[in-house]
Amino acid sequence: MSDIPVSNILFVSIALFFIGMYGLFTRRNLITMLMSIELILNSVNINFVVFNKYLYPEKLDGIFFTIFIIAIAAAEAAIAIAIIINLYRSHRSIDVEDASEMKY
Amino acid sequence: MNYSSYIALIPLLPLAGFALLGLFGRKYFKQSSGIIGTLLLLVSTGLALYTAYQYFFVNGKVDGVYQSITAIKYTWLSFSGNVSIDMGIILDPISVMMLVVVTFVSLMVHIFSLGYMKGEERFATYYAFLALFTFSMLGLVVSTNLFQVYMFWELVGVSSYLLIGFYYDRPSAVAASKKAFVVTRFADLGFLVGILILAYYGKSLDIKTLVENINSTELANITTASFFGISALTWGLTMVFIGGAGKSAMFPLHIWLPDAMEGPTPVSALIHAATMVVAGVYLVARLFPLFTLTQSTLNIVTFVGLISAFLAAIIACTQTDIKRVLAYSTMSQIGYMMFALGVSGYTGEAELGYTASMFHLFTHAFFKSLLFLGAGAVIHLVHSNEMKDMGGLRKYMPVTHITFLIACLAIAGIPPFAGFFSKEEILLAAYHSNKIVYAFALFTSGLTAFYMFRLYFSIFWKAKGPSMLVEAHSPSPLERDWGEAEGPISMKLPLIILGACTVIAGFIPFGKYVTSDGIPLESHFDLVFSIAPVAFGIGGILLAMWIYKKESERPSRISTALGGLYKTAYHKFYIDEIYMFITKKIIFNLVGRPAAWIDRNIVDGAMNGIAWTTGKFSAMIKGIQSGRVQGYALFFFGGIIVLAMIFLYLWK
Repeated sequence: MSDIPVSNILFVSIALFFIGMYGLFTRRNLITMLMSIELILNSVNINFVVFNKYLYPEKLDGIFFTIFIIAIAAAEAAIAIAIIINLYRSHRSIDVEDASEMKY
Repeated sequence: MNYSSYIALIPLLPLAGFALLGLFGRKYFKQSSGIIGTLLLLVSTGLALYTAYQYFFVNGKVDGVYQSITAIKYTWLSFSGNVSIDMGIILDPISVMMLVVVTFVSLMVHIFSLGYMKGEERFATYYAFLALFTFSMLGLVVSTNLFQVYMFWELVGVSSYLLIGFYYDRPSAVAASKKAFVVTRFADLGFLVGILILAYYGKSLDIKTLVENINSTELANITTASFFGISALTWGLTMVFIGGAGKSAMFPLHIWLPDAMEGPTPVSALIHAATMVVAGVYLVARLFPLFTLTQSTLNIVTFVGLISAFLAAIIACTQTDIKRVLAYSTMSQIGYMMFALGVSGYTGEAELGYTASMFHLFTHAFFKSLLFLGAGAVIHLVHSNEMKDMGGLRKYMPVTHITFLIACLAIAGIPPFAGFFSKEEILLAAYHSNKIVYAFALFTSGLTAFYMFRLYFSIFWKAKGPSMLVEAHSPSPLERDWGEAEGPISMKLPLIILGACTVIAGFIPFGKYVTSDGIPLESHFDLVFSIAPVAFGIGGILLAMWIYKKESERPSRISTALGGLYKTAYHKFYIDEIYMFITKKIIFNLVGRPAAWIDRNIVDGAMNGIAWTTGKFSAMIKGIQSGRVQGYALFFFGGIIVLAMIFLYLWK
């Protein structure tokens, strides 16, 4: 495992982050946007684990943070889906462009 | 000295009455509010009399000197070690005397009002206001602290305002109450400045400490510190005196008093004759140890008092509204008290003026409230304030007639009535200190006799009888039973009591009890000295009798003969007009209008400009708030990137 250089893993993490970013800005479907956010969160998770492993192998802080993030991501997904369902009920659509009444 | 807390009840009972009647009076005590207020005050009066007895005869005197006792003291606001605002009760000869005067006159007025104000729509409110006034006045006279004086000073101002404007559906009453409030407020500004000057140099607000401080250590400071070449002490005391002059209707701040007669007549008797208007005199007397340190302020007091006494007496001779005559007479008598203080010294023989002033305050309270209540009874009957609507009333109101006569004799200084003794002492004090003051005072006392008897003869003689009354506004007098003309017993009783007091009050050896330094003063009457004032008094009475006793052409002939002088006096020396000119033409145009312009254009303009700019700017940038989530996210991440750049490259 220590044969894999840290730059490779960070490359994966950055790639994941920007794929998520791209999805977040280009998709109009709320479910897809939610999935993109999950990708961003997971890239962060990878970062945490990697730095924990390579810099402070005797500590567990990074791992703990990862677990927290996974838990929060699950909760967030539940809330987001609830919002999306409600949005669907009122707008008959889950397209983000259709939900733009909250403006000036 | 065991002055227990019952003294605190004297002012607190009227306060309780005010709270009770003011909050619940209109609903629950519509009929009984008068009785409740009167009973509460009766208890207060009893306590005040008991306190006076205790103080003057039992335990007030130590080694032949009346002590100044702080019965209760409670520190309310403390600024620094020495300067604090306290609430307390001080007992010394003048405060105890004032307690008796205020409660007693107030009680009489309460009783009188039971009849006078009967059937009034706002009966309970009236009694609530009376109670508020009584409370404030009592608080004022027992104050230990200059700031406490100031607070109660304003409270009496407020209650006076409320009572003058009691008939608020009359525009003249509203205008009068506003005028009284504004003029006295203006004077109170001087008072406040004076307090601050004295407290700054005297390092205390407590009157006793202040006097001690200034007398001993701070004297050098306060007399050397100067402003425009006049010492700080003189400035401070003059400012305080301006406050006193405003409340006491001294020239040139007297303009509110005649107008204040718009209030109900018993109120005029209580506030604008016997108690509140002497607050200025009381204030000077209270700070008298300081006033004696600076002769120039005492001179101001003397001459302001003298001018007021003289001017008011002349104006009183020409007025036709009986309450206005009494108002000017009040102003004149207070002028007497003022200059008596002005010519007084602090110790020994020289303090005669102080004693005389307090004595006159004491007797004046009785006979002037009697005069006002008598006038109230007359007005109650004829429903008019004008002299021409009256005349020949002596047959119909015997009690009022006799008591009014007694009061007139007293104020004219005819022995053996109360006014004689006190006025005599004032004249004596003036004689010993300044002959010019004495001459004016003597002449004024003749004028006093003249205008009072002009009033008396115009009301009760000038025989015309009831036909005159029928012509007057009331339709009922003919059918009325004349035995009832004077009103119910509640209106007669105070007249009788006050009449009796007026007869006997003069025989109190006042110098034994009330002096500036507490050491009794032996007063001795010089019979030879009395000849001149009494002669002037009798002369005035005879003149008034000659002119006014019978209906004749004489008054109008004399007034035409005097021409311009009469006209000037009738128009009150045009002082009101001068005020109007100064305020309307000069202050409004030169100060008011520019200030209004600045307010409207610069102050408001700046505010409006800011609002306008904000509005425009927000309209410009509101497009950012598009409602599109992805746009927001883009801004968010963009922001983060910018921040990251800053952190990475600029804030290394």
